[in-house]
Amino acid sequence: MTFTAPVLSYTLLSPILILLGGALIGVLVEAFVSKALRPVVQLTLTLGTLMLSLFQVWRIRGEQSLTAAMGSLVIDGPAVLLQGSILVIAIISIFLIADAEQFTPLAAALPGSAEEREAAQSGNQVTEVYPLTLFAVSGMMIFPIASDLIMLFVALEMLSLPLYLMAGLSRRRRLASQESALKYFLLGSFASAFFLFGAAYLYGYSGSITFAGIRESVIGGSGNDVLLLVGMAFLTIGLLFKVGAVPFHSWSPDVYQGAPTPITAFMAAATKVAAFGAMLRIFYTVFANAEWSWTPIISAIAIISMVLGSLVAISQRDVKRMLAYSSIAHAGFLLSGIIALNKAGLDATIFYLFAYGVATVGGFAVVTLVRDSSGEVTDLNRWKGLGKRSPFAASAFALFLLAFAGIPLTSGFIGKFSIFSAAYENGATAVVITGVLSSAIAAFFYIRVIVLMFFTDAVEDGTAVEIPSILTRATVVISAVITLVLGIYPAPVLDFITDLAIFIR
Amino acid sequence: MTTSTSLVYLIALPLAGAAILLLAGRRADKWGHLLGTAMSASSFGVGLYQLMLMLDRPTEQRPVGKKLFEWINVGEFKVDAGLLLDQLSICFVLLITGVGTLIHIYSISYMSHDKDRRRFFAYLNLFIAAMLLLVLGDSYLNLYVGWEGVGLASYLLIGFWNQKPAYATASKKAFVMNRIGDMGLSFAIMIAFATMGTVSFAGVQEHAHHASEAALTGMGIMLLVAAAGKSAQFPLQAWLGDAMAGPTPVSALIHAATMVTAGVYLITRSNFVFDAAPTAQLLVVIVGAITLMFGALIGTAKDDIKKALAASTMSQIGYMILAAGLGPVGYAFAIMHLLTHGFFKAGMFLGAGSVMHGMNDEVNMRKYGALRKFMPITFVTFGLGYLAILGVPPFAGFYSKDMIIETAFNAGGAKGIILGVTTLIGAAITAFYMTRVMILTFTGTKRWDDDAHPHESPWLMWLPMAVLAIGSVSSGYLLSSGDALENWLHPLFDHHEEHEAHLFEPIVVSAMALTMVAIGVAIAFFKYARQEVSSVAPENVSIFTKIARQDLMQDRFNEAVFMRPGQALTTTLVAADDVVIDGAVRGVGQVAMGSGSALRGLQNGYVRSYAAVILVGAIALIGAIWVVVQ
Repeated sequence: MTFTAPVLSYTLLSPILILLGGALIGVLVEAFVSKALRPVVQLTLTLGTLMLSLFQVWRIRGEQSLTAAMGSLVIDGPAVLLQGSILVIAIISIFLIADAEQFTPLAAALPGSAEEREAAQSGNQVTEVYPLTLFAVSGMMIFPIASDLIMLFVALEMLSLPLYLMAGLSRRRRLASQESALKYFLLGSFASAFFLFGAAYLYGYSGSITFAGIRESVIGGSGNDVLLLVGMAFLTIGLLFKVGAVPFHSWSPDVYQGAPTPITAFMAAATKVAAFGAMLRIFYTVFANAEWSWTPIISAIAIISMVLGSLVAISQRDVKRMLAYSSIAHAGFLLSGIIALNKAGLDATIFYLFAYGVATVGGFAVVTLVRDSSGEVTDLNRWKGLGKRSPFAASAFALFLLAFAGIPLTSGFIGKFSIFSAAYENGATAVVITGVLSSAIAAFFYIRVIVLMFFTDAVEDGTAVEIPSILTRATVVISAVITLVLGIYPAPVLDFITDLAIFIR
Repeated sequence: MTTSTSLVYLIALPLAGAAILLLAGRRADKWGHLLGTAMSASSFGVGLYQLMLMLDRPTEQRPVGKKLFEWINVGEFKVDAGLLLDQLSICFVLLITGVGTLIHIYSISYMSHDKDRRRFFAYLNLFIAAMLLLVLGDSYLNLYVGWEGVGLASYLLIGFWNQKPAYATASKKAFVMNRIGDMGLSFAIMIAFATMGTVSFAGVQEHAHHASEAALTGMGIMLLVAAAGKSAQFPLQAWLGDAMAGPTPVSALIHAATMVTAGVYLITRSNFVFDAAPTAQLLVVIVGAITLMFGALIGTAKDDIKKALAASTMSQIGYMILAAGLGPVGYAFAIMHLLTHGFFKAGMFLGAGSVMHGMNDEVNMRKYGALRKFMPITFVTFGLGYLAILGVPPFAGFYSKDMIIETAFNAGGAKGIILGVTTLIGAAITAFYMTRVMILTFTGTKRWDDDAHPHESPWLMWLPMAVLAIGSVSSGYLLSSGDALENWLHPLFDHHEEHEAHLFEPIVVSAMALTMVAIGVAIAFFKYARQEVSSVAPENVSIFTKIARQDLMQDRFNEAVFMRPGQALTTTLVAADDVVIDGAVRGVGQVAMGSGSALRGLQNGYVRSYAAVILVGAIALIGAIWVVVQ
């Protein structure tokens, strides 16, 4: 038996390889660098790795290859765009993650135990969060470019496992944080099981695990449709779970609330890009010819996600939970880009993902700023009058809320407009109408928060806004600038996306 | 079309000035006014440079453009942000930056005691930039940006002393009335896009003859509404008098020489629309004719020197609008009167400012009198402007106004007679109220309060007045000798080679106009110079005077027709909003809260329930697929 060495296109894979290499070095740093130096070394290393990876992504734009890793990964325009978005989001999130105040000093210690107190006093930090982030980012980078089911599953687990861990690292409210991590893990495993089950069905249907093979069977239409439909449904459940679409959303409010806010920011933004990236590839290429079977289902899910997300968000009193429900609604908006199933839909979804991701990181970055002596204040009632105490934080938050609401001159408007018009073009009228109506409902609670911050008198309860550290300030400012620029002058970015975003099959 | 990069500097320089002055804050207090003036002057320099380049080029190559960036590109709707400098816009550029610079210089001294002088200059620079964008934009949408920009600058400057509630109200009034006009402009743009698929001047001009007349008429009327709002024409004229609350240099620059003439620019620029829409064009003439009488009548009863001049501005712009409504024969004269008016009216406003400066900011002319001796330079410059507005040869107004009167008569038929007579009567009334201003202010006996110490203004103030006075004297001759301006603008307008019969010879028209002016002057002379003028306005006056003093009831009219019904509508709407909309929202909220608590049963924090939800969801999904496939 002869053994053929796998042929790898190292240049095309370099963004991912760099990340993995950086993560491994990060692990070594944990072992060999002194405790005092670790935070700064890790931050520099992580940031450098992400930047280098982004640079490589920039260099391979325009490249196309179906065989970058023996046919398991595919590099094309959408791949580059999605990977670039993930990296940009990771870079601005890493500034937030660098805030040690957010993370427990010793993750292994029982909440409230003597060890924990000791670790806190000795100034311990969980710098492991940096390599974990890099591992998660590499998983996210692989997810949208995987072109067979095994690779897709490996990427899914690779991005999920570090996130499960990181969700449990919050410094304050340790128990809630650990609970959320466990919930996320259990439910994530449950969803992964569905995913694997679906993959098995699809193999049964087509006799192939590659996207190309499944696609051929779908076009040929020779296989057993029940296997295809069940496989498709279960695979989709795994993906819908990750993006938090109804009815697979129940984890997200709890996890968003329990996880340390920087992790929530990163997770909410980057996971969405990765998971929607994978969905775009699967639905636009693999299942495109079975459109008749899944469009109604995905439309229904989009509609309930938008409506439920928007409605329930109204009654939330906690800013992180409110943002969680808003992200559920946004998952619905994004699904309308999948339903569109045309070039415009692809462009719009990629734009929306980037715009929404950046605004999300910015929004959560502001949340990290509003604190009192016992940590972050997420109760919305105590955000009253924030505009007077901290115009910077309040105006930035207002901008991000307006972007979520899709008000013109913010990136959210361009995103919503283009995604809905693409869906409308494909005849998804019901989805578009619901989308516009639930945007209106959503605008109600976003603007209510703005009113709360600017036009309501403050309650004297000692809610202080911390002077933002230079890093957090950088996150807020960069996100705000991107949000505004994409809203006022989106043409170059839209053109860039339109030129690049073509799937190769 | 040739590209000229330096066009950008025209706008960029004053814009940078405004930005620097506003952002630098108090740090710039010491030198802010100098920077502002320098920016405006440099912009004027660029304008002159462009004029020289333009003169060197053959006629058909005179317009130059500059595409700035692709602004909007949504589906069929493509707009580039671009600049266009042609024979028409260069006239405006030089007027705006030239008069603007003079007024900057004047303001250095006029505003020297104001602690917010830097902010004032920032707004002036902002205005110059916005006004230049208005006249340089190469599409209606670009023009609209400048249009809103000058509206903003005007609002900020009218309310510059907003610590006085009346002044703040005046700026709000100007803003609100301008919104109506702005709405007209936006409708016109929408009509242009809907019928012709383009909003650029070149594009609309090209497609205008394919469009239906109904669409063009609609667009023309909307453009007229826009012009009426910005240029204080009937029925949107009421804000201009109140706008005099702003510092006097503002009244001179914005509310006399430049911004209020934007409506004339808009109509002249849209000549291709109006030429193809006779109904709209007729409405333009009617609006112009009404306003010129309206303004003149208000002018006769005003004791506030600035309000008298404002009424006169309204009336003179009426002349321009009327001329612009007469079609290709009138455009050049509208622009000529606009330019000469820019000189003499700005000069007179600065003169009024100079008088106020010497009289403790007193504006009531009944408290002036005999100022000639104390302010000789102001008297001479104001007097030259006065002769110009009257249309006495060889001063500027003689050339421009006589042309308009003559063209009005030549419009033919009853229309020609009505318009001609209206313009003639307007000229007589103008002569009357301007003479009244002269007599009350500069001659007769002194009626001022004891604490007033009239004195001539410093050279920084009288120098600009002198320069403008030179313009008042010479601009008419320069622009009309050899039909200079007419030939200059000729390539822009679509001339039909039809020669209307001249109703009167030009010399006859001039004679009639001068006779009317003489009558007006004589009446004013006998009424004010021969009788003692009371320092308080007499109460036992005719009903007509009372009406004129109240601006011909324009505010009462607005109140009765718009404000009260509007308020009633608002009250009703608020009530409806409370019940219907808020009710619906509260309903939605309650439903949401209800469903929220229902869902809270599911969102109970137990991971087993969450897993159950997912499982149920999965089963539902399979079920749904089964249904779909069946």
